[in-house]
Amino acid sequence: MGEIRLMKGNEVLGEAAIRCGCDGYFGYPITPQSEVMETLMLRAPWNETGMVVLQAESEVASINMVYGAAGAGKKAMTSSSSPGISLMAEGISYIAGAELPCLIVNVQRGGPGLGTIQPSQADYFQAVKGGGHGDYKLIVLAPASVQEMNDFVDLGFELAFKYRNPAMILTDGALGQMMEKVELADQKPRWTDEEIHKMSGDWATTGKPVTRKKNVITSLEMDSDVMEAKNRRFQEKYKLIEEQESRYELIQCDDADYIIVAFGTSARVCQKSVEIARSKGLKVGLLRPITLYPFPNAIIKELARKAKGFLSVEMSAGQMIEDIKLAVYEAGSNARVNYFGRMGGIIPTPGEVVDALEDKFSWELSYGVKRSY
Amino acid sequence: MELKDLIKPENLVYDKSKLQEDEIMHYCPGCSHGVVHKLMAELIDEMGIQEKTIGIAPVGCAVFAYNYIAIDWQEAAHGRAPAVATGVSRLMPDTFVFTYQGDGDLASIGTAEIMHACNRGENILVVFINNGIYGMTGGQMAPTTLEGMVTATTPTGRDVKRNGYPLKITNLIAQLPGTSYVTRQAVHTAASVRKCKRSLKKAIQNVLDKKGTSFVEVVSTCNSGWKMTPVASNKWMEENMIPYYPLGDLKDSVKGENVLEN
Repeated sequence: MGEIRLMKGNEVLGEAAIRCGCDGYFGYPITPQSEVMETLMLRAPWNETGMVVLQAESEVASINMVYGAAGAGKKAMTSSSSPGISLMAEGISYIAGAELPCLIVNVQRGGPGLGTIQPSQADYFQAVKGGGHGDYKLIVLAPASVQEMNDFVDLGFELAFKYRNPAMILTDGALGQMMEKVELADQKPRWTDEEIHKMSGDWATTGKPVTRKKNVITSLEMDSDVMEAKNRRFQEKYKLIEEQESRYELIQCDDADYIIVAFGTSARVCQKSVEIARSKGLKVGLLRPITLYPFPNAIIKELARKAKGFLSVEMSAGQMIEDIKLAVYEAGSNARVNYFGRMGGIIPTPGEVVDALEDKFSWELSYGVKRSY
Repeated sequence: MELKDLIKPENLVYDKSKLQEDEIMHYCPGCSHGVVHKLMAELIDEMGIQEKTIGIAPVGCAVFAYNYIAIDWQEAAHGRAPAVATGVSRLMPDTFVFTYQGDGDLASIGTAEIMHACNRGENILVVFINNGIYGMTGGQMAPTTLEGMVTATTPTGRDVKRNGYPLKITNLIAQLPGTSYVTRQAVHTAASVRKCKRSLKKAIQNVLDKKGTSFVEVVSTCNSGWKMTPVASNKWMEENMIPYYPLGDLKDSVKGENVLEN
């Protein structure tokens, strides 16, 4: 069993980065995630593992430093909060286009614009649909506890290198600031030059020996046919990720008539909502997507066969609901899909989720059958 | 004496560096890029550092720099080469990392990245091609475009009241404590090519010796963008560019000199 500590989500992100053998962190201060870099600077991992931690001049620079480090085959990461992630969108698109593995953490705050420093989930679209220009996807992990904040750093890197694709931890200010018990992983060594050569030697810019072809990290291709072929290959990769990497958690869904779908902080709230609803005699379960991309379509299709309705609970104006609707539509189900959420940094309460469920599904609850259209 | 008797290694006076790739050049005839590429390929070869060199290409005409020199390359987003170079150099401190950037890339969209990389004293070489125009996109005004100079976006000439003043960014860079060697060179004559090569060699050696950022500006021509012949471009550069961007070392802290007059 690993070391157990009481830690903030943001602190754990930094600690987990060191322990998983990360080579470099590049970041810029922004509330509510500044503790990530503060933790790293205090821990001074360069003395211990040789990990580099650098405060960049902007998020634009941070993500491009990650590009450079990842291009050299290193484990590189950055973290920021919503407005900072918008600034990184250009760099993330280049990283996806050049197929570089790296980890990006978004500790979301309310938007749009400068918005608020309170927690939000309004960057769902930005995270799961790409976020920058061009057809690309990030592997998006949504932790719902400080423990998962810890675990997903290592998992994020693992998936990023498995698919040579950027991975993102999409979390929020509540999880970043919240303190919980966490079991830390044991310190892993950083990769040696030999390991990097073995794993990424055919693409990483480690310095060209006379005997091998030069490695060029680029997303540029002037020949449209070649560029289209590259895009097709990307889409095949994303399809493979969709088939193999979907992760979710089901809570009391076996007999559920109504499925609440919520991730991260919302899912924590909705666990209580399920309890309240059950105490009122409502058969309610919770589906918690752990990967937001790939979205757990298959399980929604399966649940949609018998569920009367889905309630998407989000700290946004209703973004994930679109993906739920697509899955329900593809399942040929006539289960209704509704939304309840709060915005601008407000976290919904368990009670108001149950009230919303009773209100939105009042027809079904009154007549006991699915509403047909 | 037969011709074949003359063709011997000991009689060879010039040879293409073996690090120069046999790619068809996309640069326009007369462009300065080709000469600077050649110098970099020669120096990396002569100094025996191919295996530890990583080049960072910009966005602009030199976006395809990676096609021409047989080393590992990363192609950066517009203006971001110094940040990319930072990422590589920090994590691979024993490599020689250089960025190769034009004036739009370095002195306009990438101003923050270049200033801060130089201010941190990143152990990299910056090769800065200043031809006073955006070549790749079709000859628009650059931050370095001279007053009165006609470009696609200043069709009646750069009006400083509307467009601001041509930016001597190298002079700003020279004032940053992180830089060890800052110089302004050109490649329009045989003598200037030789001098530029000496400067680049010194700059590379500084990086190998971990002396912080070295910065080599090359005042260059863009005959296509300037709408002149290559010969006329060289003349125009001598008469107009060099008086505003005078050649010479701006800073050589390794030698203990700090020359900021020009």
